Amino acid sequence: MAIVYMDNNATTKVDPAVFEAMLPYFTELYGNASSMHSFGGAVGRDIAAAREKLAELLNAEPGEIVFTSCGTESDSTAIYAAIRSNPDKKHIITSRVEHPAVKNLYEYLAKTGYRVTWVPVDKEGVLDLDFLRHHLTDDTALVSLMWANNESGVIFPIAKIAEMLRGKGIVFHSDAVQAVGKVPVDVKAAGLDMLSLSGHKLYGPKGIGALYVRKGTKFSPFMIGGHQERGRRGGTENAPSIVGLGRASELAQEHLQEMDTRVRALRNRLEDGLLKAIPNSLLNGKKDERLPNTTNISFEYVEGEAILLMLDQFGICASSGSACTSGSLEPSHVMRAMGVPFTAAHGSIRFSLSPYNTEAEVDFVLEKLPPIIERLRQMSPFWKGAGCRLQ
Amino acid sequence: MWEYTDKVKDHFINPRNVGEIDNPDGVGEVGSMSCGDALKLSFKLDENKRIKEAKFQTFGCASAIASSSALTEMLIGKTIEEAEKITNEDIADYLGGLPKEKMHCSVLGRDALEKAIYCYRGQEIKELDGNLVCECFGVTEKEIERTVKENSLKTIEDVTHYIKAGGGCEKCHDQIQQIIDAVYNTTLEAVAVKKTLTNIQKIRLIEETLEREIKPALQKDGGNIELIDVEGSRVKVRLIGTCATCKASQLTLKNYVEVRLQEMVSTDLIVEEVK
Repeated sequence: MAIVYMDNNATTKVDPAVFEAMLPYFTELYGNASSMHSFGGAVGRDIAAAREKLAELLNAEPGEIVFTSCGTESDSTAIYAAIRSNPDKKHIITSRVEHPAVKNLYEYLAKTGYRVTWVPVDKEGVLDLDFLRHHLTDDTALVSLMWANNESGVIFPIAKIAEMLRGKGIVFHSDAVQAVGKVPVDVKAAGLDMLSLSGHKLYGPKGIGALYVRKGTKFSPFMIGGHQERGRRGGTENAPSIVGLGRASELAQEHLQEMDTRVRALRNRLEDGLLKAIPNSLLNGKKDERLPNTTNISFEYVEGEAILLMLDQFGICASSGSACTSGSLEPSHVMRAMGVPFTAAHGSIRFSLSPYNTEAEVDFVLEKLPPIIERLRQMSPFWKGAGCRLQ
Repeated sequence: MWEYTDKVKDHFINPRNVGEIDNPDGVGEVGSMSCGDALKLSFKLDENKRIKEAKFQTFGCASAIASSSALTEMLIGKTIEEAEKITNEDIADYLGGLPKEKMHCSVLGRDALEKAIYCYRGQEIKELDGNLVCECFGVTEKEIERTVKENSLKTIEDVTHYIKAGGGCEKCHDQIQQIIDAVYNTTLEAVAVKKTLTNIQKIRLIEETLEREIKPALQKDGGNIELIDVEGSRVKVRLIGTCATCKASQLTLKNYVEVRLQEMVSTDLIVEEVK
């Protein structure tokens, strides 16, 4: 069965060009970049070249890039660096819709003496900037907000927030794992201090991430060890993956235009088609402030896991904010923060597209999903026909 | 991705007996959309009082749909008395097992069946009362206690997997732990006491067990039981209310009252009915 992969916010395939670029570093080019011999030194130069490519994608200086093992490590590094370099400040501001990679760390810090302010979003997933402004204090060490939400795709106005923070001595970090490669990310224009990204979200391999640290930002390493990454991250460089991320960065630059046009058009075709074909379906997320590849739709009266497993019968891969898919009993914290009623959140499905998707694939989903929803609704004790309203 | 058995997948993809029965003999509805799953079960009896038709409508995940479908298959051909004995564990077993996080789907089936049988008997559906422990999912102390006992649950996580209690804000976790502790403490106490029972202790323990467990269970069905005497290992009781006229009363006495007293008091007890 052919796979129709529309779960690219979860992970992406490694682009064949990326894979090809990585291969020699597993076999012939296995030297240690720190070695004195020219065999290892050559690898060091290739790592430097990869760093330049990633820096170019972000409009950063190569020296501002630290390679890590994943997005989560980048986040933890940034957050600990920010609070350790401001030991007297005990207040952190973040949002209610962050990825667990940062959310869970802030929940942990909240138990260990930090005051954490969780900025709400409205029903379209848009950040409450007034709330943020009103909660900035002299005690605030860090503001940490995602660039784009993984579930709704809603993009936060990072540059506007940086403007708000200017001159206040507050570190500004963004988890941009979902944004890099999908929309232009310019760290200089955005005015950020630190930014996290992950390789496997932009057609690179898993097990590689990076952290942008603006020159002049106070920093302390999370992983303490060797002198690698100029003492900012110990551990022998993961040369194959770093080279892979470098190549993926080049491709991402090339794909940005396509993301904005062709992928966006595919997403819109899918979204408009589903909303039109399926009664009692609702879009989650502000329509014109979203990632071009993401759509999140709630189908009332049906449950997300059941939808996903029915789609799975046709090789269609998507994800859901339903409780049942995670093993927890409540729908995703993002859907709850947006105030999506539980009744609709349980039936929310996210499709996240890529440049590899085709119009034929979109049409295949448009053909298969409406009858699945209809069938599950026929099974539901609550469904009384199109147009019926939830009590 | 959940590890579902082939039988779960089959009952999910090809659910049996979907729908509603016209003029059913019994209907039971449990759950709600905001809780994430709900089930409406209906059945109809044939002239021999066996379930001829059972249908379901379910809102929920794959295992909720599969559990409902399995339950309808299990019900067809059974008498009410036989159907009544189906436990959530039986539903899960019928499907070749469920992931432990999904056991609440089988409990949903059991609860709907219980309600449908109440409905058939024309008895008022009494919710298992008692203090509300989990406010997020509306679960009472009695419901938690019962599920802990029936499934030998040992942890808060187990309780959440089986009846959702504690799966929301987690404020009730301490209370759930207390209920679990209490269930096992009583069992332990009972075991300890068995060895050193004097006659008077034995009678007291019999009375206590009747009061705490057996009477409330029988009262749920509109019946009751009275302790008349204890002679050695023979426990003489009188059945009251619907129990007195119920054809299944001997079964209740032997399979439930006697078994429970043997577990809680002494293994040599024999229960006898006094008219």
